[in-house]
Amino acid sequence: MLGTEQTTDPPVIRFENVVKRFGDHTVLDGLSFDVHRGERVTLIGPSGSGKTTILRLVMTLEHLTDGYIYLDGEPFTHELRGGKRVARRSKDVAAVRRKIGMVFQQFNLFPNMSVLENIVEAPVHVLGRSKDEAVERARELLGLVGLTDKEDAHPTRLSGGQQQRVAIARALAMDPEVLLLDEVTSALDPELVGEVLAVLRDVARSTDISMLIVTHEMQFAQEVSQRVLMFDQGRIIEDGTPDVMFSAPEQERTRSFLQAVL
Amino acid sequence: MSEMWSWDRAFTVLPQLLQAFLEVTLLATVLGSAIAAVLGLVVAIVRRTAPAWVARPVHWVMEFIRMTPVVVQLLFVYYMFPSWPALWIGIGVLGVHYATYMAEVYRSGIDAVPPGQWEAATALSIPARRTWTRIVVPQALRTTLPALGTWVISMFKDTPFLVVISVTEMVSAAELFGSRTFVYLEAFTLAGLIFLAASYPTSVALRRMEARLARY
Repeated sequence: MLGTEQTTDPPVIRFENVVKRFGDHTVLDGLSFDVHRGERVTLIGPSGSGKTTILRLVMTLEHLTDGYIYLDGEPFTHELRGGKRVARRSKDVAAVRRKIGMVFQQFNLFPNMSVLENIVEAPVHVLGRSKDEAVERARELLGLVGLTDKEDAHPTRLSGGQQQRVAIARALAMDPEVLLLDEVTSALDPELVGEVLAVLRDVARSTDISMLIVTHEMQFAQEVSQRVLMFDQGRIIEDGTPDVMFSAPEQERTRSFLQAVL
Repeated sequence: MSEMWSWDRAFTVLPQLLQAFLEVTLLATVLGSAIAAVLGLVVAIVRRTAPAWVARPVHWVMEFIRMTPVVVQLLFVYYMFPSWPALWIGIGVLGVHYATYMAEVYRSGIDAVPPGQWEAATALSIPARRTWTRIVVPQALRTTLPALGTWVISMFKDTPFLVVISVTEMVSAAELFGSRTFVYLEAFTLAGLIFLAASYPTSVALRRMEARLARY
């Protein structure tokens, strides 16, 4: 169930007995898995199986009910100290969180800022980079996502696909070690999906950022990821390479799920 | 009506009314609004961010101020602090009173900022203070400005209450003129028209602004 390759490096993400409940409803019940450095992992499974919750836990948008998440071997929101599970100080959590970037289903660009301001805001005010340095990097990233001419535009003037490309540039501007992609094409009109996926393929090719991907675009998952995790009711029921998972999965549940979505 | 309209009297009283309007009514409205706008925002943010033992009492005080008449508050402060200048008391009380209304307006504006904005700020590790100043408040202000303006007009129309703490704003200036000449018609008519002349364009401007701010 754990990592497929053996490395001496600590995994970039480790889930250890993670439990997440919303009220009485248990979404994750003792989930453990590792993501290795540079690995692209796609999470698949029926809705409500806990995929998005996993990304939101990594981004600290949800609180862990129990268990631990490690980043680069370092405890993230909670640690074991003197045999007890204790929350880490918010300053320590913030330092670890900087290694993670996220792209959302609804883009979530800041509508009161221009495209360029959206991208340089955090590098300048969180990482403490100079304005010039941040702007130069932002222009480079806008080139990568094919929006060089839109730096002064307002997000609301852009199409959904363009907004999502800006959001990708914004996340990359923080030089994350881990990029979380949460159904990034689900809110887009069908004809705009392609441009966003093309940008992400470029990113996957040209960087070694680890990625955790939740998507319904199975073709994309197959191209970009090295590993696919099939979830059902908060548990991993199958873990394999895309080739195996998409052509000859072992589990009947995986097979029927893929048949339904492909 | 005891007397017919006299243009003579009207032109005699007009400068006095305008002077009182500028020196008291307008001054109290502008400074009172500034206090209300700033304090209201602070209160709204405190209620969202401070621990319950701070936020709760602030909420109670706000409720108390909002549920009691501004005249009572004016008199209370006026008699509690007899050495303070009455006009400043008036400005302060109006400011605090309307801050409680504006805090509610800000609160709804803050609540209207989509959760995704907060989540994006977290995902970019933007610190709480900067999230407020650079992301949440600017977006909240956009939706709240017209409603805040409505409260400014409301405060403007409450300035005649300052008479209870013997501040001579425009309406009491009109009354003073009337009691000297035994004719009130021109003075009160003009005072009413001046109020109208000031509030109506403001409310039209607010409506325009609302339409323009509705979209980014």
